Amino acid sequence: MLSYIVRRLLATIPVMAVVALFVFSLLYVAPGDPAAVIAGDQASPEDVARIRQSLGLDRPFLIRFGEWVWQILHGDLGTSIFTNLPVTTMMVQRFEPTLSLMAITLCLSVSIAVPIGVLAAWKVGTWIDRAVMAFAVLGFSVPVFVIGYLLAYVFALELEWLPVQGYTPLSEGVWPWLENLILPAIALGCVYSALIARITRAAMLEVLQQDYIRTARAKGMGQTAILFVHALKNASVPIVTVIGIGIALLIGGAVVTESVFAIPGLGRLTVDAILRRDYPLIQGIVLLFSFVYVLVNLLIDLLYTLLDPRIRY
Amino acid sequence: MYRNVNRRTALKLAAGAGALAMSGKLAAPALAQGAAARTLRFVPQANLANFDPIWGTQYVVRNASAMVWDTLYGFDDKLVPQRQMAESEEVSSDGLTWTFKLRTGLKFHDGEPVLAKDVAASLDRWAARDQMGLLIKGIQQELVAVDDRTVKWVLKKPFPKMLLALGKISTPIAFIMPERLAKTDPFKQISEYVGSGPMRFVKNEWVPGAKAVFEKFPDYVPRQEPGSWLAGGKRMLAERVEWVIMPDPATASAALQNGEIDWWENPISDLVPVLSKNRNVLVDIADPLGNIGAFRMNHLYPPFNDVRARRAVLMAMSQEDYMRAIVGDDNALWKPLPGFFTPGTPLYTEEGGDILKGKRDFDGAKRLLAQSGYSGQPVTCLVAQDQPITKAQGDVTADLLKRLGMNVDFAAIDWGTVGQRRAMKTPPGQGGWQMFHTWHSGADCINPAVAIGVRASGDKAWFGWPDVPAVEAQVEAWYAAKTLDEEKTAIGRLNKAALDGVVYAPTGFFLSYQAWRKNVTGVVKGPLPFFWGVAKSA
Repeated sequence: MLSYIVRRLLATIPVMAVVALFVFSLLYVAPGDPAAVIAGDQASPEDVARIRQSLGLDRPFLIRFGEWVWQILHGDLGTSIFTNLPVTTMMVQRFEPTLSLMAITLCLSVSIAVPIGVLAAWKVGTWIDRAVMAFAVLGFSVPVFVIGYLLAYVFALELEWLPVQGYTPLSEGVWPWLENLILPAIALGCVYSALIARITRAAMLEVLQQDYIRTARAKGMGQTAILFVHALKNASVPIVTVIGIGIALLIGGAVVTESVFAIPGLGRLTVDAILRRDYPLIQGIVLLFSFVYVLVNLLIDLLYTLLDPRIRY
Repeated sequence: MYRNVNRRTALKLAAGAGALAMSGKLAAPALAQGAAARTLRFVPQANLANFDPIWGTQYVVRNASAMVWDTLYGFDDKLVPQRQMAESEEVSSDGLTWTFKLRTGLKFHDGEPVLAKDVAASLDRWAARDQMGLLIKGIQQELVAVDDRTVKWVLKKPFPKMLLALGKISTPIAFIMPERLAKTDPFKQISEYVGSGPMRFVKNEWVPGAKAVFEKFPDYVPRQEPGSWLAGGKRMLAERVEWVIMPDPATASAALQNGEIDWWENPISDLVPVLSKNRNVLVDIADPLGNIGAFRMNHLYPPFNDVRARRAVLMAMSQEDYMRAIVGDDNALWKPLPGFFTPGTPLYTEEGGDILKGKRDFDGAKRLLAQSGYSGQPVTCLVAQDQPITKAQGDVTADLLKRLGMNVDFAAIDWGTVGQRRAMKTPPGQGGWQMFHTWHSGADCINPAVAIGVRASGDKAWFGWPDVPAVEAQVEAWYAAKTLDEEKTAIGRLNKAALDGVVYAPTGFFLSYQAWRKNVTGVVKGPLPFFWGVAKSA
């Protein structure tokens, strides 16, 4: 197992190298000029050129790429063109809000979606099943920002139960931290829950038709035990796979959710960096997200060994 | 954070027992509410991504910098430069030597006194990046600190508009920084933010793109006169100002109504009716100097290298269409603008503006366009989709050009790409362009020194590169004018020449709103948000 983990971690290196080359090249060819944004409308072309030169943006592709890779190998993701702060510092500032939002969304979504998926499979063909599937369709169809606006309007503006926007660090108290995350987590969790609920239902339906489930029923085992001990455990591999893949959904959705609820997370940082053409920041964030995604997939693969004893690496 | 005390406090108390067990600490509502009452929470027009007002000349940087750094002179609400850090000024009889004396007791935020050498270095850095500063630098003999309170600027030619340059509102403003910061290359950012103004920038709480924090500087010495824009006594009544960046206007609107923020710089016009109905929110015009919409045509390539094609577009365009697209149905928010200078300012003129007045003449425009030789080639229009103003204008232009029988190549891109592409002088089929949309702050259109859009010096002009010698001749005349009447004469002729040659197409003059909570007082209209004199009650 250990050697498997080491091999997977080592395999991350070529993956990250390809991502680094891809993102750097894409930004190099993409239209836009951060020097022009910095210089402003009053600046002359000479001013813009001087700023471009001072930022090193006029140097050849290979030199710029080489310097950047060299910096990364020394643990330095570079400096933001606009703020003059280290990219690492800027990302660390934004890490907690995004991590908090994703964690709460994950917990909320899984704890709601898995039980209702199980319920739908158990009561297949009934109104319960149809209600769950309707929820799944709505969850996929309605954009995150629309759900966000509705939640903010009802629970923040009209009922005044929760704040509209912002983020309070966990160090300032659990409830202040949580109350800022409830509405965003629900908004972001809708599409995630819809996906998990559907996959749970499909996986459970397949498992519930198996002989050992019929045997368990014949032995007089209770329905809850059958569903959640025997069936769910055997259906969990595809569910966990989708949860892992859905992390990418969460990352993308966090961009919109953080903008709607004014949460100072990595998603918003990404959008701001792209609009400003803050190349070092964009590169750093994309590398970070890629690394996180690769790690999440590794964790999911390792989780399989817990869920299915037949799987061994 | 301000909250509606009744419901949310009740919920907090109900959750408090559990929270106490989990967090191990009591909520502190009394302390929190006291601090919140002294903190003014403001939503600015854009993201404050950097904080060097000479290096990065965006309006939002200027607005924040105005709290942190002071100036030798500052415009009042009559657009007259008044002494600010300067105690006095003297100009020699030949107009070549300007001597400025500093007020006593001025300090930087690190406790060091403001000295003449700081002023000299700051002016030198500012002049390297500012249009008027560059003109002064071009005729400069020397800029020196004579003693700790006296700065001398010796010129080779008279420059009567010196105080205008030093006190103007348009960016970059001549902010006064410590010498060690001011000696930074003007094309590189400063790394410290030690100010001379009424507020201190709290760098360790800055989250670029999310939050910026300013605290009152207790040792600031305001002038005795009442505050008026960038002039007079800048008395801070709020102890702390937090800039909260909110990219989503609907969120900002809800937060203002909920009391989570106190003041919003620029609500979009769609949301103003909602805000106006809220009994705790006030809405009023933000900046009486407003904005001037514009689209620019490329004078280098067909069809708009021919003045007849440019004039054809002006004959057909309806400024009302453009303005309604931007501001909606509120007639208080716009007016037609047959010229290039800001309505309500001393140099406003409509001379030569008949082409933009009256009934639109599509038939005449089509004939003129045909005479110019337009033969149906695509007209590349750059339209930034992420800026509501340019998107609205671009949609109207596309329709206008099609009705004129032109073949429109509508490039729906973002503002960053517009910024890059508009600088390209390549032909339209090779990455270039024939039209792009923008707008100018009214404060930047009060005279030709700051109105870069109206300059027509060909290769050295703004994007579009208009070349109309008659315009430049009147700019020179304005600079040399000794009286307001002489200035007005020059500007009238400039306006006519610029419209005859169609330097660019003004699409109209429009205003926007600002909104704030009723427990906030002292908010004034102005070209930037002025925080002095603004107080917040609990």
